[in-house]
Amino acid sequence: MNFSRRETMALGAGALAMTMLPVQAFAATGDDAIAEFTGGADVMDGGVTLTAPEIAENGNTVPISVEAEGATAIMVLAMGNPTPGVATFNFGELAGSQSASTRIRLAGTQDVVAIAKMADGSFAKASQNVKVTIGGCGG
Amino acid sequence: MNFKTMTFVGVVAMALPAVGAAEPDDDTLILNGEIEMTTKAPAPAHLEDVMDTVMSGWHFRSDETQVMQADDFDNPGMMYAEQGREIWNTAEGSEDKSCASCHGTPDESMQKVRATYPKWNDEAEEVRTIQMQVNDCRENRMGAEPWAYDKEGALPMEALIASVGRGETVDVATDGPAEAMWEQGKELYYTRTGQLELGCVNCHEDSYGMMIRADHLSQGQINGFPVYRLKNARLTGAHSRFKGCIRDTRAETYSPGSPEFVALELYVASRGNGLSVEGPSVRN
Amino acid sequence: MAEGVRPRVKAPRSAEAGEVVMIKTLISHKMESGQRKDSDGNQIPRSIINRFVCAFNGTNVIDVTMEPAISTNPYFEFEATVPEAGEFQFTWYDDDGSVYEDAKPVEVG
Repeated sequence: MNFSRRETMALGAGALAMTMLPVQAFAATGDDAIAEFTGGADVMDGGVTLTAPEIAENGNTVPISVEAEGATAIMVLAMGNPTPGVATFNFGELAGSQSASTRIRLAGTQDVVAIAKMADGSFAKASQNVKVTIGGCGG
Repeated sequence: MNFKTMTFVGVVAMALPAVGAAEPDDDTLILNGEIEMTTKAPAPAHLEDVMDTVMSGWHFRSDETQVMQADDFDNPGMMYAEQGREIWNTAEGSEDKSCASCHGTPDESMQKVRATYPKWNDEAEEVRTIQMQVNDCRENRMGAEPWAYDKEGALPMEALIASVGRGETVDVATDGPAEAMWEQGKELYYTRTGQLELGCVNCHEDSYGMMIRADHLSQGQINGFPVYRLKNARLTGAHSRFKGCIRDTRAETYSPGSPEFVALELYVASRGNGLSVEGPSVRN
Repeated sequence: MAEGVRPRVKAPRSAEAGEVVMIKTLISHKMESGQRKDSDGNQIPRSIINRFVCAFNGTNVIDVTMEPAISTNPYFEFEATVPEAGEFQFTWYDDDGSVYEDAKPVEVG
């Protein structure tokens, strides 16, 4: 599997190959995004809460919320989307709390990840698997 | 019965062995913390021998989707109702009139409209949907262009008119001059069509509460129309939804605004008699 | 996409000094992700709102970097502290260079 991926990417047909690979392949870019945000620092579990439905009614509009007390920023990623970035919430001086809610698009069943950057420079992570289904009546 | 249909139904049922009938929930819908909505009601007389209770599509949706509808800010359908209000107040056409010129504020003048439409119009001698009536006003009283069905300003206007009627009880007339069209709508509802040989009845009367793949089948009520659908993040009208459903059964479908869909809308609306007007609602 | 884009904001009209209030924002925008194809099979280019900022009397409350995975009609709910009377300023930045704004005054006391 690895060899053929490198070969095809070298041929510049990477885009085509990526569409045929399982969803895990996109996680590579998700991990890159996390590394960029954290600068490679360790990420603890806990310290950030991610609320998302277990089963999304429709992948086009999925309500989520994040909260991390004492965070300066929270980055949200959809690890299985074609591009994993979803949003980064940067909290200013007049933020009433380090929390936010929004509605996002999920291309399929996948892990949604929230990484919080804390005021002391450390990082915290939460992850939840969200099932995205195909409707029966024409989607 | 067509063998092909039985095979299809058999395949769908077997594909979901563990998920039998998922019951609609028991939650209560209170709008903006103020208006308590009737989302379940005893079935109207004409349905008494096929079901006991009529239920709004709201009950078949996930908790997150239900919550979206309970607040006018969270409900994206209300953005369209606001657009409708702007259109209401804008003068158009050769007579330079707006809806407001004759009808004042919609909150009063239009409050009972959504609950009783589609309705027989004596002067025109036909059953009219809200959009048909609005277009009649536009053409003949404002001197403006009528809107194409479910297009242009039609859906925001229908969203406005529905929104000011929320909480009113649906009460569509099925007798008198509307009866012939109501019977026509009923026949359309109960007739199997298309490659999949399905009629509205097969899913929305025989199978509501069950899962079709991952969709939770509702009773197909239209008290919540026009609907903000999560799947395409925009407002959908009843006729467009009928068309989509019929297309999904792989049948030749009618057009929004056609007499067949007017008849079907009249009949389907009457199946919800007793429920509250909910539009614009939020659904899958 | 600069047509038909409308911001809506829900914020309290008055608050106690130092109170934490909830703010909700919604803006009608298609958020074309860049993943869709048109009927000829050509990729429809990305065209989204890529940033949302809320400030109070010029001091930042929240600054959101937005990607194509934010749903059509972007919605945000967050909390803000109101130190004194003033005005909330809301700004959305579009890929195409358009900037959409809204403001809500708040009384204190």
